[in-house]
Order: sequence, then C-alpha cells, then structure tokens
Amino acid sequence: MPTYQINVNGASKTVDVAEDTPVLWVLRDHLDLVGTKYGCGIGQCGACTIHVDGTAMRSCSLTLAQIDGKSITTIEGLSEDGTHPVQEAWKEVDVPQCGYCQAGQIMTASAFLAKNPNPSEEDIENAMNSNICRCATYTRIRKAVQIAAENMD
Amino acid sequence: MSTNNTFNTLNRRAFLRNSSLAGGGLLIGFNLFQACKPKVIAEPAIDLASLDYNDFNAFIKIADNGAVTIFSPNPEVGQGVKTSMPMIIAEELDVAWDNVYVEQGILDTNNYTRQVAGGSQSIRFGWDALRQTGAAAKQMLVSAAAARWGVDPSECTVSEGVITNAAGETLGYGDVVKDAAQLEVPENVPLKKTSEYKIMGKDTPNVDIDKIITGKSLYGMDYKTEGMVYASVLRPPAFGQKLVSYDDSAARAMPGVVDIFTIGEKLRGLAEAVPRITGIISDSDKIVVLANSTWEAMKAKKTIKAEWEEVTKAESTEEHDKILTNLLDGNKFETLRSDGNVKKALAEADQVLERTYESPFLPHSCMEPMNFFANVTEEKVHLVGPIQTPEGTAGFVAQLLGREADDIHLEMTRIGGGFGRRLYGNFAIEAAEIADKAKKPVKLVFSREEDMEDGIYRMSIKYRIKAGVKDGKVTAYHLKEAAVNSNMYGLVPNFFPAGAIENYQVDVAKYDSNITTGAWRAPYTNFLAYAEQSFFDELAELMEVDKIQLRLDLLDNVKPEEDERIQYSPERMKEVIKVAVEKSGWGKKPEHVHQGFVNYYCHNTHVAEVADVEIENGEPVLKKITCVVDCGIVVNPLGAKNLVEGGVLDGVGHSMFGELAFKDGKPTANNFDRYQLLRIKDAPVVETHFIDNGLSPTGLGEPTLPPAGGAVANAFKSATGNRLYKQPFTKTPELLKVPEKEIIG
Repeated sequence: MPTYQINVNGASKTVDVAEDTPVLWVLRDHLDLVGTKYGCGIGQCGACTIHVDGTAMRSCSLTLAQIDGKSITTIEGLSEDGTHPVQEAWKEVDVPQCGYCQAGQIMTASAFLAKNPNPSEEDIENAMNSNICRCATYTRIRKAVQIAAENMD
Repeated sequence: MSTNNTFNTLNRRAFLRNSSLAGGGLLIGFNLFQACKPKVIAEPAIDLASLDYNDFNAFIKIADNGAVTIFSPNPEVGQGVKTSMPMIIAEELDVAWDNVYVEQGILDTNNYTRQVAGGSQSIRFGWDALRQTGAAAKQMLVSAAAARWGVDPSECTVSEGVITNAAGETLGYGDVVKDAAQLEVPENVPLKKTSEYKIMGKDTPNVDIDKIITGKSLYGMDYKTEGMVYASVLRPPAFGQKLVSYDDSAARAMPGVVDIFTIGEKLRGLAEAVPRITGIISDSDKIVVLANSTWEAMKAKKTIKAEWEEVTKAESTEEHDKILTNLLDGNKFETLRSDGNVKKALAEADQVLERTYESPFLPHSCMEPMNFFANVTEEKVHLVGPIQTPEGTAGFVAQLLGREADDIHLEMTRIGGGFGRRLYGNFAIEAAEIADKAKKPVKLVFSREEDMEDGIYRMSIKYRIKAGVKDGKVTAYHLKEAAVNSNMYGLVPNFFPAGAIENYQVDVAKYDSNITTGAWRAPYTNFLAYAEQSFFDELAELMEVDKIQLRLDLLDNVKPEEDERIQYSPERMKEVIKVAVEKSGWGKKPEHVHQGFVNYYCHNTHVAEVADVEIENGEPVLKKITCVVDCGIVVNPLGAKNLVEGGVLDGVGHSMFGELAFKDGKPTANNFDRYQLLRIKDAPVVETHFIDNGLSPTGLGEPTLPPAGGAVANAFKSATGNRLYKQPFTKTPELLKVPEKEIIG
C-alpha cells in the first residue's frame, strides 16, 4: 500500500493506507484521532467535519490525494487546551446532550466564524444547517455561535 | 486504556463488600479511602489506580487531595444522568461539587439494580437510594469524627466535606475515612430538606463537557484495544430473506482483510431458548468481514456476491396502509379498558366525531451508529460499548455463548444517542458471536446504511377516535389502535381522558410483520398524544366551546383516588395548563401569530406545550414552543432544560419530517440524503418552565416529546384552517399553506 505524508494539527504524519481510504478513517483508525466522528459517510450529517487549510470540509468524503500538501485541523488540534472561543462558548452554554456530533458542529462553527466574524442570525443558521444534531441541541448551538462571535472580536 | 485499569482495579479490590442501603431499591454503596484535607481543590482527573484503596464499598471514593469520585451507575445516552445522579449523592454526602470527579460505573449486578437507560426512570427510581447512599456515608464519617473527639455526633456539623465540632475543631472526610469504613452502614438516615440543598437545583454543566469539546475518546466507536480487528457484516438485504450462498473470493484478496466467515448458528441456539430474540434480530446467517481497519472491512464487504432467498413475504408501506385500515374497520380487537357503555352512549349522542390519524415507521437515527466491542476468552467475555440495557444484554450474551453470568464483564461507554434503539442489544450479541468465532478482540461497526436498513423501528400505527356529545357534554370516547407488531401496553390505556368520560373504551389490534420493531422514545405516546390532542381541539370546535376549558372541564371529572390505574393527577395537569396559558400569552397574541395547545401526561410527568406559528410573507412558519413541565424536583436545571428542549424538538422534527417507507421488504431510504432529520433552520425557539412544587422527581427524557407534534398540528390548523391527520406533516405540503383568498383578505 502507498505511503502518504499528511499534515495534521501542525505535525507531519506518515500513513500507509489504500489510496481510496477516506480521511475520516485515516484520522480515526490510523492516527487515533477519534474526535472526528463517523455519522453517515456521505457528507450529509457533518459529524466528520475538519478544517482543510481553514475551510470546513467533510472528512468522510475526502481522499488523501485531495488533501495533499494541505494543512488539516481536527477537533483535537483546534486549540491546545480546549480554549478556542467556540469551545469556550460551547462550554458556557452547555450545548451537548449525547455529544457525538458536537466536534463536527464546533469545527463548522469555528471555520465559519474565522471567515465571518460578525454574522447575523440568518448567517449562523445557514452555516450550521449542514450539521445534524439528533438530540436537537440547536437552540443552544445558535446561542453558542453568537457568544463565540462576540468573544472573537 | 487508563479507564480500563481503573475499572479492573475497582472490580478486584473495591467491590468486595456489598451493602443493602436501599432495601429493595437501587443498591448503592460507597468506597471511601485516603485522607481528605479540607479545602483542597481537586485536579480534574485523578489517577485512581495509583491510590491506596480501603475496601469499603463501591461508588463513593475520597482521595487525599480532596477529590471525591462518584460512580454513576446508569448508561448515559445524552439524558444527563451521568451528571444528575452523582449530584444527588454529592448533595447528601455534603461535599463541594467542584471536588467531585464522576466516572461511569460498569455493569455490576451485585452493587446496583436497574442499570438501564429507558422509560425516563433513572432519577425517579434512583431518587431515594442515591440520597440514602450519600447521607449514610456522611453519617458514618461524622460518627467516626465524633468518636475521635469523644463527643456526640449530634454536636458536629458538616460543610463541603469538613466536619466541625462544638469547640470549633475540624476534620476532613479523608482524616476519618479509615475509621468510618469500619462502622456499620446505617439505615434510614435522615435526609436534607429541599431548602438545604446546595448542589441540587443549581445549573450544573455536563460532567463530560471538556472531553466532548476537545474530541477525547468517549464513545463505543472510539474504543480500541491492542490486536483488535474491525468487523463489518453483510446482512439480508430485505426483511424476510435468508442467506443461501456467497462468493467472497474478491474480498479475501483485498488489503487488510483478516478473515471472512458466517455467523448465525449460536444466535439460532439463543432464539430457541428465548424466542422473542427473533423479534429484534434476523436468524439468517450473516457474512462477517474482519479487517485491520473499519474502511477495509466496509470496502471488502461490498465486493461479496451473496445469494438470498425469500423465506417470508417482502412487505411494503402500501400494504401496511391497507392492513391497518382493515384492522380499524374490522372487529378483531383486544379491549384494554372499558368503562360504561361506549356503544350505547354513541348511539344516544347528539353529535358524534370520528377521526383517523396515521403514522409511518421511524428509524432511531442515533448519530453514533450501532457498534460494540467483544473479546471472548476462556477467562471472561469482555464487552464494551453503547448499550441502554447492559444487564439484559450481558444475560443474552452469557446464554448465547453458554457462559456463566459472572464471566461477562461489560463496560458502558458514553452513548451517541439511544432513543430506544440501544435497549436492544442485537449488535452486542452479534459482536459476541463474531469474537467467539474469531478468537480475537473485535469491534463490530454498522455503517449508516446498515443502521437504517436493519433497524428495530418505531412501528407504523393508526388511531381512530370516536366521541359522542350529549347535552353539551362529552359522554363517550372510543380509541382504537391498529399497529404493526405490537400494541400499547402498561398504563397507557389509563392515561387522560380515561376517568374523565363516563363511557370510555380502548381497543387494540395488530398485524404481525417480519420487519423488526421496538421501543422508540416515548413508545406509543410519541404518536398517540398528537392524535388525541388534535382530536380534542376538533371536538371543542364541534361543541363550540373553548379548547382549554373543554380540557379543564374533563379534568374536573377525574377521581384518581377511586381508580388505582389512573396515575395522572388532574390537579398537577391543571397547574401546567394554567402556567402554559400564562407563559405562552395564549389568546393575547397579535393576529399573525397562531397558537396550538396540548397538555399530556406520560412517564409520570405532566406537560403542557403551546406552539406559535407565525405568518411570514404569506407562509406559516413554526417559530416557538412554550413548554411547561411538572417533573417534581429538578435535580439539575441546566441539564433538565437541555433535555426538555431536545425532547420538544425531537417531537417537532419527527412529526414534521420523519418517515421511513418500505418497498419489497426494504426501507426506501438508508441514509440522511433521503431520510430527513430536523436541522437548525427548522428548529423553533423553545421556552421552558418548570413547576416548582418540591415533589419527588419523575421522568424527563421522554415526556416533552409526545405533546410537541400535537401542538404543532393545532397551531397549523389555527394558521391555515387545515387539520393534519397524517405524519409527517410535510408529506401533505398543501395543507401547510394558508389558502390564497385568506392572504388577500
């Protein structure tokens, strides 16, 4: 099997996997970065969201070739100690219930706010509509993204 | 894994003694050891394995740095018991919550009972036992301190883990824990008054919040051990089919594939002993691909060519629709409750209203797909994963493998959603059969497609309700249920309006399908509440009376003291109705706001909800739900509010969008591209109010869901003039629009 170099959370990693292995499974099974979650495998639920050069993307639908030479950030690397403004807002609002989808929600929100630091309520809903939360923590996701936006100024 | 070591250490050393504090309730002991110095703030995580334990008992541990570890017994599916159950113990133990570290308990039938996440009952059943556990531990610690000082325990006071005597001397819990551990466990210890609570009643964040927001390993999907392989299973593509033969030559040649074999033999053995197991799991052989990674297993599985045969007929939604209607039209009913003479009262009525309500199958759609870890060795069967029923599942695995119950060691992970699906441990049973055959540690992982195609679904149900009105009073109420596979049970036939109407009858009929069905958050009531409460609105319109007054008048007739089957309280129901009217601004909204009202009782909890539908650019939009809940004492208001919001929105989402149709024995959707779940844009605001009455806690995980669909339907009726008789509501989009002439007018 081919060997790939990938840049994850600021470190260069070497993995030995089949070329069609989705980045999701490379992260989870080969690099032990299990914070990125499998939800649907077809880019519909957003649980596997990571940043590729700062853009939120679905790792279940990305191949290694597509991230060649790019920098990947996962939930584990969003901040050193869980103090990214989005993580702090998630904690302040106590967003999660089961928590399974929340890494994906946080990665979507953080990439969105980096590009749109002063979003309207509608902007927030448009950005977060791509991520499903089966526990329906949506009322708190709205609030947490707003708080994070205020704290990122 | 370090948590593994912790559990193993505890299991060997700390679970040696057993106490029966709770006398028939939940058995919870506690384990106290090491010195506890006053006012030392704990590190967030302590290395439990490195501590020198006193073998005292399980569940409460105190370390020399002031940290208290409390083991939470029940599975955590997102309902928040991993936070709220330890809060109850900590309150009576009288320690600072900041010094408490919570760990998930393992399955331990010697020390706990009812380690189940189901029926919204964890707090209700745990309430007395958890408080007694904390209070008994505190009393032993105080007694030990008093003995050391030579004073009477009644002269001592406790605050946040520090005991003070009349002379002002202090001892930390840790200073006296070794003495305390030698004392007899007291029974019936006095408990705090609600006014004395320092922890309960305060907003307390999820104990796992830091791990969740930083992506730490928490879930079954995340669990790994040395030498573990991943299993992906090829299952019958349609209900009613069995495996005939297969060709795995392509799969065997693929990278990472470790082995390919079939399972089913052991399961069929189990099904002989426990026939109901076939109601949740197909007894066909299934093909298992073992590989070194999840992707390799899933990918290789797709190359297997299998031949299946139809053993029982492939079913469809179209067919179910006719069958359920025929059942309602027919006379093959079982009567679950009958008061007076419904037939006679209907014949004598001045007005009769009859309506039929329809619901589809629903998958559970837990965000974490089904999965389980199993390792079967001569010494033990090690199971790890997300399960709502650890004890029952461990029992099935013991039977499956012909092992003693004590051989099964089951650890519960944090669970990425349950909703009833994980009451059924078919995935754990499969994982055990696979691991037994593979002779190595295995993690079984369902793809989303398998999760949706091989579910244990909420069954399709139709309700027909017929009521009679005479001299301005509701004199007859006849509820008929036609369901796939199973009917309402327990106290549901005795819920409102049972006891409120003189002539009342509940009849049920079912059709046996080969599609596996089971409990889905708030079984039966998740649909019945909408049917019943839509019906009452329509009945009020027919009678030309106020909708809420009709409900209040009916509640006046209810006398629970004369009928033990009636467990809802008319007084508590009237109170939630009153508060909902007030908080929602019922009847005081501007013209473009249309409201729908529902009150309901299930899981021992009384709820009223009001939905606000507003006309925006000529279109009705669901904007807000006001939810008033009487669940007694609220242990953790923050977690409880989260749970209420989630329940309400679950009810909104599934009544608006949820539908799993079948064709040729298969669901017509198998992933979130064609199966729609609620997303943020469609989620209304939820405003939550709790009734503060100081009564013992009741259920909360489920009871806010059932009323939501009815509130939405009633609000849309108010906005559009259209009654909604079928779920999901978006299936008839024309009924969700305001008639054009009204917009112009």
